Amino acid sequence: MSGTITLKPGSLVRHETLSTREPAWVKGVLIGIALTFFAVFLLLPLATVFTEALRKGWGAYAAALLHPDARSAIMLTALVAVIAVPLNLVFGVAAAWAIAKFEFAGKRLLITLIDLPFSVSPVISGLIYVLMFGAQGWFGPWLQAHDIKIIFALPGIVLATIFVTFPFVARELIPLMEAQGSEEEEAAVVLGASGWQVFWHTTLPSIRWGLLYGVILCNARAMGEFGAVSVVSGHIRGMTNTLPLHVEILYNEYNYAAAFAVASLLALLAIVTLGLKTLVERQTRRQQQKKNELSGE
Amino acid sequence: MASLKRFSPLPGFGLAMGYTLLYLTLIVLIPLTAVGAKTLSLGWEAFWSAVSSPRVVASYQLSFGASLLAAGINVVFGLIFAWVLVRYRFPGKSLVDALVDLPFALPTAVAGIALATICAENGPVGELLKTFAIEVAYTPYGVLLALVFIGLPFVVRTVQPVLADLEREVEEAAAGLGAARWQTFLKVILPHITPALLTGFAMAFARAVGEYGSVIFIAGNVPMVSEITPLLIITKLEQYDYAGATAVASVMLVISFLLLLIINALQGWMQQRYTAEA
Repeated sequence: MSGTITLKPGSLVRHETLSTREPAWVKGVLIGIALTFFAVFLLLPLATVFTEALRKGWGAYAAALLHPDARSAIMLTALVAVIAVPLNLVFGVAAAWAIAKFEFAGKRLLITLIDLPFSVSPVISGLIYVLMFGAQGWFGPWLQAHDIKIIFALPGIVLATIFVTFPFVARELIPLMEAQGSEEEEAAVVLGASGWQVFWHTTLPSIRWGLLYGVILCNARAMGEFGAVSVVSGHIRGMTNTLPLHVEILYNEYNYAAAFAVASLLALLAIVTLGLKTLVERQTRRQQQKKNELSGE
Repeated sequence: MASLKRFSPLPGFGLAMGYTLLYLTLIVLIPLTAVGAKTLSLGWEAFWSAVSSPRVVASYQLSFGASLLAAGINVVFGLIFAWVLVRYRFPGKSLVDALVDLPFALPTAVAGIALATICAENGPVGELLKTFAIEVAYTPYGVLLALVFIGLPFVVRTVQPVLADLEREVEEAAAGLGAARWQTFLKVILPHITPALLTGFAMAFARAVGEYGSVIFIAGNVPMVSEITPLLIITKLEQYDYAGATAVASVMLVISFLLLLIINALQGWMQQRYTAEA
């Protein structure tokens, strides 16, 4: 900024600096509003989770987390994420490969359809599987006859979780791979690489940070999903209760300290997610800068 | 499919596209048509009586009204956040920047019980508001508060990059031509970021309409007063009223699809606007 000022005639300096910046009091007020809003809406809820969790001391905190119901909720939540996230990862890569590397009719429609689950209420995301597989659903009688349980059981929870986290990986990868173009891959093909070789050695290295980013967000939502899972789970303690559902049950039983203790695990997950996200964003920016320097910008 | 696709030397289109369409159809499209099919099987009379009962209409009014208001509040505060993060330096800035996404990352049930505790009569915010004779917990204000929380990152994250890319030369030119700072803001900066603001507004609104977890703990869920539509759907399901639940859900779905189309159009507008300039 000082560089530009010395270049200008003296009479213009005051005018310039005044009118491309806000007066100090405006700046102060805006920062004040943002920080107040930040403290009340973001910091305070986060801090509340941990202070309420430890209100009855570390002993009660540990007891709440070691309770058999809590332990089975932790296991179930991890299991659901372990199934749902890789499935959406594979889908995201396939969809991004087809959409970003090829030109075809109906591309915009396909992208819109992939984004669809984001605009559906979580409650409806659960409802659709009840309508398909529930006792009164399309396949209900058939499933009952063959003694297969989907709703109020693990498969239903996994399906609802896959639905709500469906677009995460794809929507990270599509713009990234579109921006990168396909010259490098085409060169690899010309040099005789097979399809899988092109993917593993050319595409994957250049999309790895975007991929990681999508997986992190997908996982956070998979582990924290509440509405959709609530519809299909049936809330059977020790059986079909995920962590968020366990929080709800404890809270509704007025067992606040235990509810917040379990909630603090999910809050930690959120903090780790945001930390990783910030790291990945920094990494992507650095990669981009390096690329710009290489291409001589 | 081959005839619709332009030639490319790269392999794997058939496999990738085939898998994409199969997975999309099985997981998303077929289950969503279940709502349509169930609704059609109801017949017009049953459908209309299900979606026009006073309790359902009250829930639509609350869900859509509070969501509109919350998205509007988010536009104002989201713009302030984006502005402050792009233009100013202040202590704790990188922490604020990272935690703006907290509503995305924090499971909604956790946000819900935390907000309910803060706003309860003996909570810090609840006590403060009580001195102004405002009750938040178990009222429509509670719904609004939770929706403001959940929608904030949408506006910040759509406006922030656009604001960062805005060329300072344009503002300098406006200033050089004698515009005061507020004139530059209103006539140069604001029109430039309007598509981003509208997109953020629509995204926050769409999310708020369907939101469930963060709202139900603070809302108290009093029928006709603070009962949101997604909760009403669950209540009907728990009473084994699948037809009623589906009818109410189909109305929400149609509105969500319309919103999605609007958001897509807005994003197309943004892309056109900002790539044309660059």
